[in-house]
Amino acid sequence: MKKTNRETIITAAVLLVVLIGAFALDAALPSYHIAIKVVKKACVYSLVAVSMNLLNGFTGLFSLGQAGFMLLGAYSYAVLCIPVAKRAGVYQYFDGGLVQFSLPEIFSGVLGGTVGPVVGMLCALLVGGLIAALCAYLIGLPVLRLKSDYLAIATLGFAEILRAFFQWNALGPLTNGSNLLKNYPDLGGAAAYVILVGLFIAVILLLVNSTYGRAFMAIRDDEVAAEAMGINLAHHKRLAFIISSFFAGIGGGMLAMYMGTVQALSFKSAMTYEILLIVVMGGIGSITGSVLTSFLYIASLEWLLRGLDSGTFLGISSPIFKNGFRMAIVSVIIMVVVLFFRKGIMGDRELPDLFRKKAKKEEVSGNE
Amino acid sequence: MSEAKNVLRLEHITMQFGGVVAVDDLSMEINEGEIVALIGPNGAGKTTAFNAITGVYEPTNGQVYFLGEPVVRNHPQGKMKKQYKGAEAEKYVHETVLNPTPDKLTALGMARTFQNIRLWRTQTVFDNVLIAKHMLRTSNVFSATFRVNRAEEKRQRAEVLELLKIVGLEDVKDELATSLPYGKQRRLEIARALATNPKLLMLDEPAAGMNPQETDELTAFIGRIRSEFGVTILLIEHHMDLVMDISDRIYVIDFGKLIAHGTPEQIQNDQRVIDAYLGVEDDA
Amino acid sequence: MQGLLPYLINGVSVGGQYALIAIGYTLVYGILRLINFAHGDVFMVAGLIMVYSSATMPIYLSIPLVLVLTVILGFTIERAAYKPLRTAPRMSVMISAIGVSYLIQNLAFYFTGGLPQPVTNPIPWISDNVTLFGESTKRVTLVTPFLTVALVFALVYLINNTKIGMGMRAVSKDFETAQLMGIRINSVISMTFVIGSFLAAVGAMLYFTNYPSVAITSGGMPGLKAFVAAVFGGIGSIPGAVVGAFLIGISEELIKGLGYSTFSDAFTFALLIVVLCVKPTGLFGEKVTDKV
Repeated sequence: MKKTNRETIITAAVLLVVLIGAFALDAALPSYHIAIKVVKKACVYSLVAVSMNLLNGFTGLFSLGQAGFMLLGAYSYAVLCIPVAKRAGVYQYFDGGLVQFSLPEIFSGVLGGTVGPVVGMLCALLVGGLIAALCAYLIGLPVLRLKSDYLAIATLGFAEILRAFFQWNALGPLTNGSNLLKNYPDLGGAAAYVILVGLFIAVILLLVNSTYGRAFMAIRDDEVAAEAMGINLAHHKRLAFIISSFFAGIGGGMLAMYMGTVQALSFKSAMTYEILLIVVMGGIGSITGSVLTSFLYIASLEWLLRGLDSGTFLGISSPIFKNGFRMAIVSVIIMVVVLFFRKGIMGDRELPDLFRKKAKKEEVSGNE
Repeated sequence: MSEAKNVLRLEHITMQFGGVVAVDDLSMEINEGEIVALIGPNGAGKTTAFNAITGVYEPTNGQVYFLGEPVVRNHPQGKMKKQYKGAEAEKYVHETVLNPTPDKLTALGMARTFQNIRLWRTQTVFDNVLIAKHMLRTSNVFSATFRVNRAEEKRQRAEVLELLKIVGLEDVKDELATSLPYGKQRRLEIARALATNPKLLMLDEPAAGMNPQETDELTAFIGRIRSEFGVTILLIEHHMDLVMDISDRIYVIDFGKLIAHGTPEQIQNDQRVIDAYLGVEDDA
Repeated sequence: MQGLLPYLINGVSVGGQYALIAIGYTLVYGILRLINFAHGDVFMVAGLIMVYSSATMPIYLSIPLVLVLTVILGFTIERAAYKPLRTAPRMSVMISAIGVSYLIQNLAFYFTGGLPQPVTNPIPWISDNVTLFGESTKRVTLVTPFLTVALVFALVYLINNTKIGMGMRAVSKDFETAQLMGIRINSVISMTFVIGSFLAAVGAMLYFTNYPSVAITSGGMPGLKAFVAAVFGGIGSIPGAVVGAFLIGISEELIKGLGYSTFSDAFTFALLIVVLCVKPTGLFGEKVTDKV
């Protein structure tokens, strides 16, 4: 535990460099610059991927409900943060909607115009997370008794049910039916996202390394043995499910603020698949892996590989570089990783493990 | 034998799967500080009995007392009412059914090992034992995440280290559990069970797959555990040497039924036991 | 009630199409214990092939072509994406299936340019309009249930009376033992995918006759619903899948008829969750117990 040594220092240094880099980006580039967008989106994906990894990777519960919990978080954030003055315009088909307050405005009335809105937005994110967690609690009661693939399909179904509900016109005064929610504020630039996501992931890391995290891993490794050693399966599985959903809800809220608009239609099972594949590529059971892959994936798709879709890539022009080629290439890479590099890029290692002296390396083999 | 000294008592435990009666009206008792063995030929129902006691299976009928309290109780229900072939079908009908999950029984002080070793394969030796301490925590998920439980964590780590020293696994504590040689994995499983501070330790074929030398070591080891930890031990075993060496009393079952019980000497000379193991001449 | 009749007829037809897809899921699950997430996408690809081929060649060439190409696709997916993971944990295979689904959709996006492909030359005769109980509908609606039932009988005959069918039954009972008994696992598994893809291709030709276009996401929903049907009927059981598919198809259309279109999808998944929690083995499924 008390190894304040080389790898810890290097890890801290790396994280510091990332943070300074984010501030530098914010200072040097306009907020609509692609680099800043990539960092923000990658941060959001990191958080969601890590939350999924907590459940699928660390606890061994194969859940595919992530998009549903993100949807809850995204809607909570949007509904709570649209300025009162703009509600009539957003909810034009529903008489301005049911909710007639806005958390950032309420808090700026109390705490002033600079701190207030930020506190309000953070509160809205937390509310989104809590709603997702509550839903996870309710759905977890019946669903978590199911075994691997049945659990996957039940949670997937649950996400689809949620999506249908949010598009239902009768709930329009709250959700705006199948129309967009928009005009709500964004938290800030790349640095704000890095700090916020960094904090949430740090909490997950602390959890994973606590006695509860170890119990989760015991359940993943051998459920029967875990139960025989006094670990209450139902309780711990539900706990992991709730915590994972809480962070997925927050991630959904952040996705909403990054995108600027929310629509239930976009939270399809394809979104869950995408996040699952990010987790797999990074290494099931590695938080560092999930974060790294999120950044790689988003940077490639949104930025580096754009040329593959628009005709010219690395100076080469070819008619095969047309719309959709980028995704095709990325999915081929994903399949190669899934089939031939099953541990992903990190296996179950974390950042400090990378800087550890080579002699200790044999420790990390063994996860098949 | 007085009630208070009973650690474990089985009453009419019957375990029936469809039409197959795997354990048939098994009653036995284990007193404090004893080492008791449950033996029988392959397929006699030993492990099934184990699973019915530890909450893995729900017995079809019967009752288990642990430390004088009833902890498991059932009577034939649903379809089983008609199919039931065991004894004492009516005895527990009017009593409440007790069907705890295994973790509840472990919390009461029953800890077990498995016939086919079930260690947590991605965890180190140290963590395998430490995870078993999770059960004894006083922290909740928040206090554990934000390290409010630092003192408890520190104490548990010290206890685990102490335990590993006693069982002789201290030098391999940072290795992956599954990378240990077979005999040490068995030992680790026992250490893991001991980490839950049990009153009754239940060993499911601890010597399975061991060579004679390893078996001898294990025999000594089990004896030492009893004296150092003051636990009562119930074991299932095939190795007769080991059973005869360390058991105070032995129960023998065949085809799910109790056929004999007594001291090692009595069992060695019991004709029914010899028949069960060697087969009777005219059984064609 | 009169108003609901067309929905009921439609439901029977959609149910038949789901049944053809559901069999693919249930066969594969019975043998590999794998939810073949890519099966819905195979269905979608069959629809796309039909659109392209029927636009360029006569019907008596295009139908066999759709069948053959879809079967080759199903076979290739199994060989490339599932066979290498035969000894891997089940979760890895499921992830691979999700990866394949993702890959197929993205490739389809690339080739179609992301635009839904209009069904310009639907299969003649079955796409003609007919009048039934005073309601106008396409003939495919009437043909589907009969064709489905006929194919199911053929399949059941194949499974019960041929050598490969016996192999399939053996492998689904016990994978390892079947292997030890000299059954060629790989050819049995390939055959399963061939049959599943063939039925999915037939289902696609019927299904997309009723729709104006095939989009890359067209396979997702019918695929998932067919899977729900398979679970509902008891996964691994062919009659179960068929009964489940008809029940789901009919309920869905009736819900639409009652004016709750938004919830026709949600209903299916709610049904799934209820079934899984109340009777996870479905209507006709066998109970499997884990050994400690």
